[in-house]
This record gives sequence, structure tokens and C-alpha cells, in this order.
Amino acid sequence: MPDEPRAALSRACVAVGRCQLASLHALAASAVGALVPLALLLVPVGIGLRLLPPAARALRALSDRSRARAARWTGVRIDPPAPLPADRTAPARRQAGAILADDGFWRDLAWAWLEPVTGGLLVAVPLALVEYGAFGALVQPFVWRALGDGNWYAFVPVRSTATVLAALLLGLALAAAGLLVAPAVLRLHARTGRVLLAPARSTRLNRRIEHLTDTRGRAHDTLAAELRRLERDLHDGAQARLVALGMTLDRATRALETDPEAARELLQDVRRTSERALQDLRDLVHGIHPPVLADRGLGDAVRSLAFDSFLDVHVDARLPARLPAPVESAAYFAVAEAMTNAAKHSGAREVRIALTHGDGLLRVVVADDGRGGADPAGGTGLAGVRQRLDTFDGTLALHSPPGGPTTVTLEIPCALSSPKTSSC
Amino acid sequence: MRVVLAEDLFLLRDGLTRTLREHGCEVVAVDNGPSLLRALLDAGDAAPDVAVVDVRLPPTFTDEGLQAALEARRRRPGLPVLVLSQYVEPLYANELLATGEGAVGYLLKDRVTNTEQFVDSVRRVAAGGTVMDPQVISRLLTRGDARGTIGGLTPREREVLELMAEGRSNAAIAHTLHISESAVAKHIASILTKLRIGPSADDNRRVLAVLAYLRQ
Repeated sequence: MPDEPRAALSRACVAVGRCQLASLHALAASAVGALVPLALLLVPVGIGLRLLPPAARALRALSDRSRARAARWTGVRIDPPAPLPADRTAPARRQAGAILADDGFWRDLAWAWLEPVTGGLLVAVPLALVEYGAFGALVQPFVWRALGDGNWYAFVPVRSTATVLAALLLGLALAAAGLLVAPAVLRLHARTGRVLLAPARSTRLNRRIEHLTDTRGRAHDTLAAELRRLERDLHDGAQARLVALGMTLDRATRALETDPEAARELLQDVRRTSERALQDLRDLVHGIHPPVLADRGLGDAVRSLAFDSFLDVHVDARLPARLPAPVESAAYFAVAEAMTNAAKHSGAREVRIALTHGDGLLRVVVADDGRGGADPAGGTGLAGVRQRLDTFDGTLALHSPPGGPTTVTLEIPCALSSPKTSSC
Repeated sequence: MRVVLAEDLFLLRDGLTRTLREHGCEVVAVDNGPSLLRALLDAGDAAPDVAVVDVRLPPTFTDEGLQAALEARRRRPGLPVLVLSQYVEPLYANELLATGEGAVGYLLKDRVTNTEQFVDSVRRVAAGGTVMDPQVISRLLTRGDARGTIGGLTPREREVLELMAEGRSNAAIAHTLHISESAVAKHIASILTKLRIGPSADDNRRVLAVLAYLRQ
């Protein structure tokens, strides 16, 4: 396949270009990083207090760009720190004080001073290789005579045509090596940057605690509401029907002697009531945990949903094993909701559902060919799903431009559990 | 008629065994998946005429019974199997139908309360017929309505289609709808024309064709 080497080459060239950008960025970081100490030095004079907030903001803009690039270029996600204290109406002294007390500000500063050394040197490696290699291969063959006898290219003394050719080959090899390592260096750069660009451990833990407290509270509320609903459904449904059944049976028993025909009708009534009670219970069970989900897991449960839908649903499930039961259930109801929306609102004819698991993440994509324009805030359905996924640190992304198509993507971190036992 | 019955709940197993014996069947009752497979495939001379199987069976308490039934039909094509389920799962009905030509049934467990009809269903499956629960059919029809694949039928034709898809014979349909058998035959001819299903002399093939049409 001729496309693959070409694509790899263009990726490598892009990576080299990005290294160049990153090195310039490191320079900018050092410049802005120098501004802050200047502001601090000028504090006794007074003007420093006014200089510090804008300098801190400029620094943050720079570090934010670095975080965004790390995600865009290499997929390394770096959580942003808490926003800088930004009450611009407060007196300058208080603003500066708040910034100096902010942990994120000091980490930004440390990054700005270290980045030119660590990051800058790192990205310089592929740049130097490519540029020196290009010099050896493209420039030196034309200018070596002018450079005189003492001219060396790396470890090759360039004095004759043969040595020029050797240097040319070496140059090509160096450039190739530079291209080869550039993507890896870029990734390494993002990872080392993360040490300082990510919020401090305590900040992360605090955030985590807040998130857990929040989702745990909501999970409790949801659970309590579910139990209340179950109680009510049982009370009003199956339980009421069983009481009616008992009463009808009683009447039938009494009528048995006097009016056998009436007794027969009553007994037929009993059968109908018992069938309805069973149906009530079935519906209830299905709402709690669809049996096919318990029996077969997520893939077949979604296939079952697809089978019942009047849209053309194509399910591509690639799950090598069962997922934890709560995750299966959350994902199932999320897919059901997305399909209901597609059927009700989008005017779609076809829905494609893909289920995959990789890197400890279940990913479900539900895409329809409808008219799009779905409002993520509108309706309680998706909001409820999002809340439920939140408990698992799962996310739901809705992409629905006007004119369509609509794509719902959910991601839930989870491990695959027991290997699949059934044949499907 | 020799029946292998797989049901793990004692009360139901006992009740079903009695019912079937009262109707002159010889019953071998088992209560888990592995012994069901043994009873179906290693019976030697005493091979069963039909299996009546609960979907959910030990030891896994998932769809063990259905899996055993499917496996048995894979190894012995055409082995008559009637599957009983606590709930209607179109996927399961579909898998059963996909195992081959007829001699399958899929019924809600509730249906055993009507003994006559239940025993009749067992007999029909044993004779190579197809029996589908009315709920399976009504879900298929609802879907067909929404997709617009069964438009153009008169209400009466719809009723006939429903009963036909459940696997009833012309006589049974006529009896249920209180019309003559020739009227039923006429309705069926009209339905098959409207749905563009080729006519078939064999009742079972006709049922399978209708089910295939509804499942597509």
C-alpha cells in the first residue's frame, strides 16, 4: 500500500513542524516567565501590584495553549488548573494577593522557567537532527570547497568527493532519524509538561472528592426515587390485581352452587386478571433490568432493542467479554434513550450503533441520518442519562448540527469482567 | 408422545408433568441445562418426540435452556422444540426460527394456564409445525405498521394474518374468528398477494414465509 508510507512521512513532517512551534512557544514562555519576577520586584514601588495580574493572566493564556496543544497533537489530556482569581473590581493589592495565594499560578510560573530548559531542549533534538541532516545532504555538496580543509561534518572530515558523498548519506540518515523520532519526542514533551501543567495532587483530589460527593448524592436520590416508583407500581399494579383476583375467586366459589354459568364467567375473569398481573410484573422487571441484558449482555440487549425498532438499525458490537452489570445497564438505557430520540424527533430512517471496548473504556456511538438540530439541554431524557453516567465517570457527547446527522457518543471507563460464556 | 420437559421450578415442573401425562404423553423431566442436552441427544432408542424447555435454567440461570435447545437443534436439525419464556424476547424467537424449517415454538409461560391450548401447541410443534406467542406476533405487527410494510390489509385480513403467524391452522383460524374455512382461505390468498409472498401448498412453509416477511 503506497498510501501508508506517504501518510507516515507527512505525519512525521507535521510533527517536526510542531516541534518547531513548541520550541518557539518555550521561548515565549521564558519571556512571559521573566515578566512575573519583574512585577514581583516592582511590588515595593507599588506599580508591581498593578503589573502582576495581567502578567499572571498572560502566563495562564500561554500555559492553556500548551495544554490544548498537548491534547490536540498527542492526545495527552492535561486537566486545567482552577481559573485564576479574577475579581477585577477588587483593589489591586487584594487582586495581587489572591493571585500570589493561588497554587495554579506558582505552578504556571515554575513551568515557564523550566519549559525552555527541559521542553525546549527536548523538541530541539529532532529539529537539530533534521536541520543538520538537511545541511549535510542539500547544502554542503555545493559549498564544501569554500569551507576549506578543516571542514568536518559530524565525524566525517569533508575533503574529497567521496567524503562529501559519505557526509551526504550521513545527512540523509540524520534527517531521517529526526523525522523518525519527532512524533515520539512530541509525546514525551507533552508528558513531561504534564508534571507541572496539571493541577497539584491536592487540587485534583479536592476536585475528585467534590465530584464523588455530588454524584453519590445524586445516585442515592435516583435510587430512592426508583424504589419509590417500584413500590408504587407493585402496589397499584400486580398487588391490586391479586386482591381483585381473590375477591372474584370468592364470588365464583359462592356462585358455584347456585349459578354455575355465572361462576364460569367469573373464573374466566380470574384468568384474564391473572394474565394482566403477570404482564404488569413483566413490564416492571423489564424496566428494572431487561432479562436479555442479564442473560446475554450489552451487545445482544442492544440487538434486541434494534429488532423492536421500526427504524433500520445496524448494530456493530465488538465486546469480547461481559462488562460490569451496572455499566451494562447504564449503557443500555442510554442507547434506548438515544434510539427513542432518533425515532421520535429526528425523522431518521437508519441508525448505526457501534459498541467497542479499548484502553479501559467502553465507547458507544449511536448515529442516525436524521435532520439533527437536537438541543442537548432540551428534554429530560439525555440529562437523566448524563446524570446516570456521571456516577461511573462516564461522559455523553451530543453532536447534532442543524440538517443532521446526529451522533451520540458515550464513554464509560470500566474493565471487562467475566469472559463471555454464551455463544454470541 | 415422548416429551422431554426442562423446568427448574418444582411447582411448574410438577404441574406441567401432570398436565402432559393426563394428555397421554410420556414425560422425562429435567431441571438444568446439561441434563437437558443429555436427555435430548443421548437418549438412544428412547429419543423424544418434542422438548418443552424453559429459557432460564441452572446452573447459570441465564438463557441456559434456550442455548441448550439451539445446540440440540444444531446437532440434530429439525428436533422439535417448544421454548417457554417468562417474557417475550423477539431476539430469542428470531434465533429459534433461524435454526431451520419449523418444528419450533416460542410461548410465554402464562400460556400453560390454558391446558388444552398448551397441549395442542406441544402436539403441533411435535408434528413439525410452528407456534409463536401472540405477543411476539403483535410486536412484529406493530413494527410492521410503523415501517409501513403491512399497510393495505383490511382489519379482517390483519386478524387472519395475526393468527396465521402464530401458526394456527385454517380450521383453527376459522373457529376463532367464527367464519368459514373457505373464507379463511380466501383471506389468506389475498394477504399473500398483498405482501407478495408466493403461495405454498404446505401450511408450515406458508407460516414460515409470513414470519420471515415480518422479521425482515
